[in-house]
Amino acid sequence: MPVEQTIPKYKIATRSSKRTSRNIFNNLDWVTVLLYFLLVALGWMNIYAVVYSPDNVVNIFSFDINSGKQLLWIGTSVILITMLLAVDYKIFEHLAYPIYGFIILLLLFTLAVASPIAGSRSWLDLGGGVRLQPAELAKFATALAASKFLNGANLRHQNMKDQMILAVITLLPPAIIILQNETGSALVFGAFILAYFREGMSPLILIIGGSAAAIFILTLLVPKLYLISGIIVLMGAAIWLDYRLMRRIKSMVALLLLIVGMIFSVDYFINDVLQPHQQNRIKALISPEADPLGYGWNVTQSKIAIGSGGLFGKGFLDGTQTKFDFVPEQSTDFIFCTIGEEHGWIGSTVLIVLFLLLMTRIVSIAERQKSVFARTYGYCVASIIFFHFLVNIGMTIGLAPVVGIPLPFFSYGGSSLWSFTILLYILLAIDANRAQDLSR
Amino acid sequence: MNYLENRKYVIQAIFVVVGIVFALRLFYIQVVDSSYKQAAETNAIKTVIQYPFRGLIYDRNGKLLVENTPVYDLMVVPKEAREPDTLRLAKLLGLPFEDVRERLKKARSYSPVKPSIFYQKLTTQDIAHIQDNLIDFPGFYINARTARGYSHSSLSHALGYIAEISPKQLEDTAYAGYRPGDYIGKSGIELEYEKYLMGQRGVKHIMVNVRGIEKGPFKDGAYDTLSVAGKNLYSTIDLELQKYGEYLMNGAKGSVVAIEPSTGEVLAYISAPFYDPNLFTGKDYGKNYMQLLTDPNKTMFNRPIMASSNPPGSIFKLAHALIALQEGVVTPNTGYPCNQALVTCSHAHPAPTDMTIAIKTSCNPYFYQLFRASINQGKSSNPFKDTAIGLAEWRKQITTFGFGTTLGIDLPNEKQGIVASPAMYNKIYGENRWKFSTIYSLSIGQGELGVTPLQMANFMAIIANRGYYIKPHIVRAVGEKGKPLREYQKRNYASVESKHYAPVVDGMAAVVSSGTGRNASLAHLGIEVCGKTGTAENPQGKDHAVFVAFAPKENPKIAIAVYVENAGFGAQSAAPIAGLMMEKYLTDSVSTKVKWKEKWVLSRQYLNID
Repeated sequence: MPVEQTIPKYKIATRSSKRTSRNIFNNLDWVTVLLYFLLVALGWMNIYAVVYSPDNVVNIFSFDINSGKQLLWIGTSVILITMLLAVDYKIFEHLAYPIYGFIILLLLFTLAVASPIAGSRSWLDLGGGVRLQPAELAKFATALAASKFLNGANLRHQNMKDQMILAVITLLPPAIIILQNETGSALVFGAFILAYFREGMSPLILIIGGSAAAIFILTLLVPKLYLISGIIVLMGAAIWLDYRLMRRIKSMVALLLLIVGMIFSVDYFINDVLQPHQQNRIKALISPEADPLGYGWNVTQSKIAIGSGGLFGKGFLDGTQTKFDFVPEQSTDFIFCTIGEEHGWIGSTVLIVLFLLLMTRIVSIAERQKSVFARTYGYCVASIIFFHFLVNIGMTIGLAPVVGIPLPFFSYGGSSLWSFTILLYILLAIDANRAQDLSR
Repeated sequence: MNYLENRKYVIQAIFVVVGIVFALRLFYIQVVDSSYKQAAETNAIKTVIQYPFRGLIYDRNGKLLVENTPVYDLMVVPKEAREPDTLRLAKLLGLPFEDVRERLKKARSYSPVKPSIFYQKLTTQDIAHIQDNLIDFPGFYINARTARGYSHSSLSHALGYIAEISPKQLEDTAYAGYRPGDYIGKSGIELEYEKYLMGQRGVKHIMVNVRGIEKGPFKDGAYDTLSVAGKNLYSTIDLELQKYGEYLMNGAKGSVVAIEPSTGEVLAYISAPFYDPNLFTGKDYGKNYMQLLTDPNKTMFNRPIMASSNPPGSIFKLAHALIALQEGVVTPNTGYPCNQALVTCSHAHPAPTDMTIAIKTSCNPYFYQLFRASINQGKSSNPFKDTAIGLAEWRKQITTFGFGTTLGIDLPNEKQGIVASPAMYNKIYGENRWKFSTIYSLSIGQGELGVTPLQMANFMAIIANRGYYIKPHIVRAVGEKGKPLREYQKRNYASVESKHYAPVVDGMAAVVSSGTGRNASLAHLGIEVCGKTGTAENPQGKDHAVFVAFAPKENPKIAIAVYVENAGFGAQSAAPIAGLMMEKYLTDSVSTKVKWKEKWVLSRQYLNID
C-alpha cells in the first residue's frame, strides 16, 4: 500500500521542519511580504471606495458590504500564509504531482456538477453560500507540476518527448477551463511561456507568440488593407536597408503570406469562431464608441472613470464614476478604475511601480534558488502575476480586450486572493529554506 | 548556463516596458486628453434622497398625538433664476425687499447650479397664491415635504419637536447618516426615539447630463433603495387627561405627573407654563423659539424632570416613616409627643399617639423624633459618628425609592435631584463636626434635598404598589405590535418590605378623608384616595405647594404628584387639582358636584392666600 510507505517518509520530514521553523522568520523575504500586504491593504481600501456612498455610509468593516467580506478573505489568507510557512517546504515539491492530479480531477468534477453562473460552469458550491473556483487553484498546481517536471527534464536539448509532456502539463488545465467557459482564466496559462523561456525554451516561440498577439490586436485596430500595405512597406524598407536580405526573399514572401493569411483568419476567427460575448469583448476594444451602452460600456466607462481622475485624482472616496457599478465588475475586474479616478495618474503610476517592484523582486528571488524546481516555480509566479497585471490594467485603459481576470491581491474576491496568496507564499516558504537546499 | 541566466534581464525588461507603456497611456488619457473629464461630467449620477414618513405618535387610547402634514419649500436654482424681479417676489412672499435680495445672495453663494431652499414652510394657502405667479420666475420651484402637525395643543414638553440638524451635530460621528437640512428630533420623545421615528431613507439614482438635465433612472433603478417609514410610537399618555390637566394648570407654574402604578406608564405629563407644539412647525419657528427661550416664566423648562432643586416638604415624612419601620426603630403604634421645643408645628392637632395619626396631622415634632431614631441608632458612642453612620444607611435606603438618582424615563435631560449625604455635610462642616441637630430639617423634607415632580409621582407609585416601582416611561410600544423596552417591564424594589406600608397608607387615607388633603377627596364617588400635602420652602419667594396621592386605596389605578410654584400650602391648590384629575381619569369625566373646585382652581385665588 502506498500509504504505508509514505508514513515513515513524513516522519522524517516533520523532524526536519522543526529545525527549520526557527529560522523561517529570519529567512523570509520581508520585502515581498511588505509589498504583498501593501497591495492587499490598498486593494481593500479601494473596494470600500467602490461601495462607499455619501448618502448611505456603511462602516468599512461591515460584513454587509464587500470591504467587510474582503477583510474576512484577508484574515483567512493570513491563516493560509501561516500554514504554508509552517509545513515542511519540501512537501510542495514532493506533492507537486498529486496536487496537480487532484486539481485536474477537481476541475473535471466542477465541469460535471457545477450549475452555470453567468454562463460559466467554474464555480463549486461548498454550501453555506461559500463558492470556490478551482480554476484559480489550477494556476499554482500547474506551476508546481511544471517546475517539478523541469527539475528532471531539459528544454534546451531538442527533446521532443519532454517538450510534449511539458505542453500537456501546461495545456491540460486551460483546456478543461475553456470547457467551463472561463476563457479568461485559461489564457493565464499562456504566461508559462515566460518561465519556460528562462529555462531554455527557444526564444522563437516567445517572439512568434508576441508578434502573433501584436498582429492580432493590430488587425482589430487597423483596417486590413493599411496593415498589409504597412507590413509590405516595412519589409521593403528592411531590404532597402540591408540588401543581403534579398537573398532570403523567398522566406520573406513566405512570411508576408503567413501574416496576410493570419490577418484574414483573425477576421474569420472573430466573426465565425468566437461566441457572441467574446466577439463583443474584442469589438469593444476596436471601437467602444460604436455602442457605448452595449458591448462598449465597460471600456468606455472604465476609460472615462480613469480619464476623469486627472493628475492627482478626485481623492479617496470622492469618485463619482466608479460607484454603484457604473463600470460593471467594479470591485473585481475593474478595480483599477477606482485607483485611476480617485488617485489620478500619480496613484495609478504608484500602483504600477508597486507591481513592477513585486515582479522584479520575485525574479531575483527565483534567481537565487539552488534548484531548478524552485527557480522555475519562482518564474511561474512572476509570469502569472505579470499576465494578470498586463491584461487586467490593459483592458481598463483600452489596450487589451476585456478578459475577466482579476488584478492580483487587489481585486475583491476570496478565490482570487487565496490563489495568489498560495502561489506567492509557496515560493516564499521555499525561498526561506533555500539554505537547506545546498545538498542538491 | 550563463546565457540562460541573462534571460532574466529580458524578462524583467518585458515587465518594465509594459509598466512604462501603461504609465504613458495613463498619462495620455488622464492628463493630456481632457475629453474623458468632460464625458465624466456628462454621465454623472445625481442621488436624490427619498425622505421617509416620520413615525406617528399615538396616545394610550389610540388618539393621534403627532402626525405629519405637508409643507412646501420654495426652492431656487440661482443660475436658472438669473435676475428675478425681486420687488415682485418680495410682494408675493410678503417679505421685505432687502430680505429677498439677501436670500438670493445666500443661495448663490451656496451654489449657483444646485437648488437651495429660498423660503421655508409655506402653508397650503400661500402655495395657492404663489404657484400661479411662479411661471414668471424661472429657476424657482416648490418642493413638498412633510412636517410635524398636531391636532391639539398639548404635551409639548414631552413630545418635543424636530428641527434642522445643527452644524455641531453634523460634525458628530453619531449623526453620520444625516445631511445638512435634515430634520432631527431636538427634545422630548422626538429626540429620545429619533432612531425609530426617522425611518430609513431611500436613495434614488438619476443620470444627469452636464447641465443637470435628468436622463432617467440609472440602470432602471437597480441601485435605488426605497425609503422605509419610521415606526409609529404608542405613548402611555391619556390625551384627554393631559388636556384636562393643562386646562387646570393654565396660567399657573408647576408640574403634574400621573403614573399608572402597576405599569409605570406615565398618564399625564404637564409642565406649566406650556406652549402649543404647533408653534414649532410653521415658518415662524425661529421667532417663536427665541420668544419662548427668553420668556421669564421659563416656558421651555421641562419642569417634571428638570426642576430638581426644590425640597419635597412634608411628603418626605412618608419615606421617613417607612424607613424607620424597616429599620425596626419604631412600630406602627409608636407615639411621640408634639414637642414644639424641637421643631415648630404649624397648627394645633390631636396628640400623635401612633404613626397613622402623625401622618394625618403631619406632625413636625413627631417626625423629628422618628427620624432621629432612624439616624441615631447608637451604633457609635460618638454622636457625630453615629449620625454619619445613620445618615449613610438612611441615604442608601432613600435612593432605592428613586430619590437622588435619575429614574430613567424615556425623555432626555432628566435630573437626579439631591439627597443629603455624609460627604455633603463633611464638605460644609468638616468631618465629625455635624450631628443630628445640624441636619434635623431633613426630617420634615427641607434642607439638603431636591426632588423632581417625576420622582414624587414615582414615590407615590411605590407606596401604591406597596414596595416597588416600574421605571416611569412615556412610550409603551414601538411599532404596532411592539412591547415596552425590557427595562420598563422590570420591578424595582424599594428597600422597605411590603408589610410595612399599611400604617403609612392608612395615614395617607386619613389625610384625604379628614386631614389636610380633603380637597382631593373622591368620597362622592365612593373612591378612597390616599394622599399627602406638602410645602416646599422657597427662599426666593412664596413657598411651593405640593400634593401627592394615589387612588383607589386598594388596587390603585393612578398615582399623581402636583407641584404648584408659589402657591403656598399644598391643600389649597395642589390637592384639588390632583383630586379633579384623578376623578377625570378614573371616571372619564368630572361630576358636577365638584365643579366648584374646578372654578376655584381656575380662579387662581390660592396664589393670593398667605
